[in-house]
Amino acid sequence: MKNTGKGARIAIYIGLIFWALINLFPVYWMFTFSLKNNAEIFGENVIGLPQHWLWSNYTSALKTGHMAKYFLNSAIVATATILITLGVALMATFALTRMIWKQRKNLNKFFMLGLTIPIHASIVPVYVTLSRLHLLNTYWALIIPYSAFSLSMAILVCTGFMNEIPRELDESACIDGCSTWGIFLRIIVPLMKPAVATVGIYTFLQCWNELMFANIFISKTALKTLPVGVQALSGQYTTEWGPIGAALVLATFPTLLLYVFLSKKIQDSFVAGAVKG
Amino acid sequence: MHKQYSNKWQILVFLLPALILFCGILIAPIGASLYYSFFDWNGIGAKTFIGLSNYKELFHSNAIGFMKALRNSLLLAALSVFLQLPLALAFALTLGKRIKGERFFLSVFFMPVLISTVVIGQLWLKIYNPDYGILNVFLRSIGLDNLAQIWLGNKKTALGAVFVPTLWQYVGYHMLLLYAGVKSVPYELREAAMLDGASDAQINRYIVLPYIKPIIRISVIFAVTGSLKSFDLIYVLTNGGPLHSTEVPSTLMISMLFLRNRFGMGSTIAVLLILLCFGFALLINAIFKEEN
Repeated sequence: MKNTGKGARIAIYIGLIFWALINLFPVYWMFTFSLKNNAEIFGENVIGLPQHWLWSNYTSALKTGHMAKYFLNSAIVATATILITLGVALMATFALTRMIWKQRKNLNKFFMLGLTIPIHASIVPVYVTLSRLHLLNTYWALIIPYSAFSLSMAILVCTGFMNEIPRELDESACIDGCSTWGIFLRIIVPLMKPAVATVGIYTFLQCWNELMFANIFISKTALKTLPVGVQALSGQYTTEWGPIGAALVLATFPTLLLYVFLSKKIQDSFVAGAVKG
Repeated sequence: MHKQYSNKWQILVFLLPALILFCGILIAPIGASLYYSFFDWNGIGAKTFIGLSNYKELFHSNAIGFMKALRNSLLLAALSVFLQLPLALAFALTLGKRIKGERFFLSVFFMPVLISTVVIGQLWLKIYNPDYGILNVFLRSIGLDNLAQIWLGNKKTALGAVFVPTLWQYVGYHMLLLYAGVKSVPYELREAAMLDGASDAQINRYIVLPYIKPIIRISVIFAVTGSLKSFDLIYVLTNGGPLHSTEVPSTLMISMLFLRNRFGMGSTIAVLLILLCFGFALLINAIFKEEN
């Protein structure tokens, strides 16, 4: 920046601020119109702060719009997916980085294929299988595919962290008579907290926002997740925008809250997944 | 130690859950999709083997309009590579050289990537609303009434109106990847060039860009394969309409499967999408190798 002229510097900042406003405006607008009535949204006060803070939009979204239910469903699916992904990935990574066998490098490469396989590949066969097993319209219909598609990224992140743990720890535990499971559960897993956090956040963001599977595998209102639920709600409230705005805010605030506190970690996890893939 | 860690059964037990999940949901379905693509099948009844008929129909039938959908997604890929990526690169280069507010701008620019595409889509539906949407309200307020229109309902404007938010949302994603690359350029390299009197533009051109070429390659691959696979925003905004003007392969695949119950044809589109994604990834890799 030192050898840039003053004029150029001002131009750069104007550009950056302009783009920042473009990115912030939709979020600001969403928050404000979620608290307005139609008269304000449609003319009196299109982009200002709400004159009368209409919290009833939120009660309609939560109750009549079923947002409370969709929110709970998303939370259940996300939590189960994170737990399964972590458990399965930690176990696989342990075998891939610590245990001694010939093909482990190749198997690691095989798992990394998952970073590039599009979900389109799975839609038809997984739909057919789920329907035969009578698992459509259950939480499992989402939890199993989400876990599978999160696995490659989770193994990638865990491998990086697990390789950092010194092998001497395993050896001394072994001398003390610790079994393989004991080493895994009592020594390795507790040291994997940073990896667990990264994988957890990344997996959460992926399944919180996923639309295609959720749209196809779930048709019962009682089991819909937020992306599909928001779609349904917007069809229900075509003329009233306030409750739709409230629903959009409800679907978005967990993500934004997480981002405010963990922006660096979230960004790092996106970079890690991309650069290796 | 060595003995304990070489126990074949134990290794298998640790790997088994991952293998089952990964092969069952990701690997086997590729083969199954390929298999289904050779059949005429409604998803429930008996399958009729029809060889390559699905593929032939897909490429020749104007009623399905696969070529049009493919053209749309390739146009999106081109816009992504030649508009979205340069913009992302410009931001990455600017933010990567330690300016004030670097973290703030980085975080704000990346934010749209984290917001659910359905939410983004719903917001843009409101922005484009012909009567009350802020786009038309804005155009009318500055006296450009004749430019205000039914953005998503008009065959001429719908594709553009769908592309704008699609391209906008992921600028931050590419910026973040490229920024990570710019940050990895060793400071000594920059410093040496500065001491030799190189300008910012020269440093970018001769030091940073060659250094981050592998990441540019990744970004280009993501831009192209992401465009080929694009679904969420288009589904929310137009679902391929009006009159199929914004159809892309993914929306076509979903309507084949769940509106027309043509599971064989849906699988055929899925197979072609996978092939196209891998094909383009290989092609882009080859182009970048050639240049070296």
